[in-house]
Amino acid sequence: MEIVVVGLSHKTASVEVREKLSFPEARLPDALCCLGRLEPVNENVILSTCNRVESYAVVKDAEQGIVGIRDFFLDYHQLKDDVYRESLYAFHGREAVRHIFRVAASLDSMMVGEPQILGQLKDSFDHALESRTTGVVMNRLMKKSISVAKRIRTETKIAESAVSISFAAVELARKIFGRLDGKSVMLAGAGEMAELAAKHLVNNGVKTVMVANRTHERAVALAQEFEGRAVKYEDLAAEMVHADILIASTGAPHYILSQGDMAKAIKERKNRPVFLIDIAVPRNLDPDINKIDNVYLYDIDDLQSVVESNIKERHREAELAEEIIEEEIDTFLAWLRSIDVVPTIVAIREKAEAIRLAELERTLPRLGELNEKQKKSIEGMTQAIVNKLLHSPLVALKDSAGNPEGSSHIETARVLFGITEEKESAPAAEPEASGSEAETR
Amino acid sequence: MNRILFGITLFFYFLATFHFLLYLINQRESIGKVCQLTTILGFGFHTLSLIYQTVELGHVPMTNIRESMAFFAWAIVAIYLVLEYRVKIRVLGTFIVPIAFILVMASLTFPESAAPTPGFFSSGWLGIHTTLAFLGDAAFAIAFGVSNMYIIQERQLKHKTSGAFYRMLPPLDVLDELSYKAIALGFPLLTLAIVSGAIWAESAWGSYWGWEPKEIWSLITWLIYAAYLHARLVAGWRGRKAAYLAVIGFLIVIFTFLGVNLLLPGRHAFK
Repeated sequence: MEIVVVGLSHKTASVEVREKLSFPEARLPDALCCLGRLEPVNENVILSTCNRVESYAVVKDAEQGIVGIRDFFLDYHQLKDDVYRESLYAFHGREAVRHIFRVAASLDSMMVGEPQILGQLKDSFDHALESRTTGVVMNRLMKKSISVAKRIRTETKIAESAVSISFAAVELARKIFGRLDGKSVMLAGAGEMAELAAKHLVNNGVKTVMVANRTHERAVALAQEFEGRAVKYEDLAAEMVHADILIASTGAPHYILSQGDMAKAIKERKNRPVFLIDIAVPRNLDPDINKIDNVYLYDIDDLQSVVESNIKERHREAELAEEIIEEEIDTFLAWLRSIDVVPTIVAIREKAEAIRLAELERTLPRLGELNEKQKKSIEGMTQAIVNKLLHSPLVALKDSAGNPEGSSHIETARVLFGITEEKESAPAAEPEASGSEAETR
Repeated sequence: MNRILFGITLFFYFLATFHFLLYLINQRESIGKVCQLTTILGFGFHTLSLIYQTVELGHVPMTNIRESMAFFAWAIVAIYLVLEYRVKIRVLGTFIVPIAFILVMASLTFPESAAPTPGFFSSGWLGIHTTLAFLGDAAFAIAFGVSNMYIIQERQLKHKTSGAFYRMLPPLDVLDELSYKAIALGFPLLTLAIVSGAIWAESAWGSYWGWEPKEIWSLITWLIYAAYLHARLVAGWRGRKAAYLAVIGFLIVIFTFLGVNLLLPGRHAFK
């Protein structure tokens, strides 16, 4: 029994290749079943997003499984070209588990730490559950991936800082004002990016939206969208008394706000701070405005550099996440080893033998003086009972090793015989897996 | 006994300072917890030490510079812990707990003089006057720490250098408000300290005010913070200028406390 990954991602394949090999949601059940019918494949999940198409599978033999799944990818999409074959990568064993954990935790994403991938993985798992192509091992692996991703989210700052211009604007506003509740924002000009940034600000508590635009009708329309108020374009400087945040994005060829205008406004505001965002090119706001106390002016390049430093920060956090992943792989593999058939059979035998010996030790003295022969025959009897009782379950377990339901038989046997997993792995693995269950189903 | 308690206190303050600096760099929650725990433990032992001394001496241990500095440190940590409990901005400690640690360390360089206690130390006024003065000064110390944070963060935002500090430090408005609140708390305490001192002086020497150096410098301190509050409430001063004023104010507090006691003569001087 081996875990394998076969697939391709933005790292190995262009978008043209990725779309050719993708599985649309409607065809997923069919694809899952087709893949499940392959001889070496016991369990499988297919993850198909715009950035990656991957199959996670539990197979009888890694080599055969990988070849089989790779051929399936190409045959299913009726692709023959070597380009497609070459863009497919494959992992097995520890590398496969690591890959799945890294994908779930968004370490393999184009933007490290982006949150969508975990949801997509959950959906893929749901599809596989519906199509009944997963079993004990895959279910455990998927739940573990989800819990590992969550752990990384809470224990590292991988998804904390803003990595887009509009979110960076919100982040900076928070650094200046703390809470944004009750603050007001002025939009000068009505670009798409300005609108987006305004939306994020409103979602973060900004109360009032004011809009000033050269064509007043456009200002009125946009103000209505935000349930705000339109301001006459000429009054912009005067209205800055009421605006805590300004997003400037007009096409004006000159500065629409001078240092003098802002100095006057800040005085009237009794020095309450102002955050000015200039995303226009050429710039709308006189850069000297930044020299005024309590005024913070950021242009598009400044925001861009905030984004870049945040991305670097995410990569630093990713290193920490990799450590967590290695730790979790160990836990998972320990569990995986424990449900292997041989150790299970050994464990059941050992347990039975221990019980037999303990009972013998208790009973023999109570029987009074026994000669060697009598002792021997009692011992022989207990042995026979144990062996005969265990015979059929153990044979069934041995037979199950090769078939798809094998792992679940082994799991069941361990429960019925009360055999716990390897000591160090059991307590850590259990609560997490059951904790994420409710959300995955 | 007191030596042991004080030694443990110092040890925990050292650990707390070390971890607070570490916390600033790596920002791990686990380190933050260590910071909090060591600070609380240090504070606990410090409190025990103070109680022990008070019982043994029969009056609050603030009659020489060594004792006073240690008490000042205690007041700073006390106010910090209350503040931390209220606002939950752990990184404040990075800028405040080291001040307490340095004070405790510095106090050790002064002799443990068992100076003959003049009779008036046993009057209740010693406790009232000095406790008020040190609590007020501790509030100003907090404002100092917070204002330093403000100045750093303000510079980061102005110069657009989003370094590690930028991520770590709280928002500007929060810092500005905290510094204001700390001074608004410290100012009435200082005022009461001066008033109680005057009353004590009257009962001890027969005059309310003697124009001795400590009194003059305390008055200067008082005027600085009065100016801060006035500028803030009336002229709308805030942000960077207010932060600088809070820093200057505390430097004068330190001078009033140490400089005057050590360099200039007068009845506040420790002999």
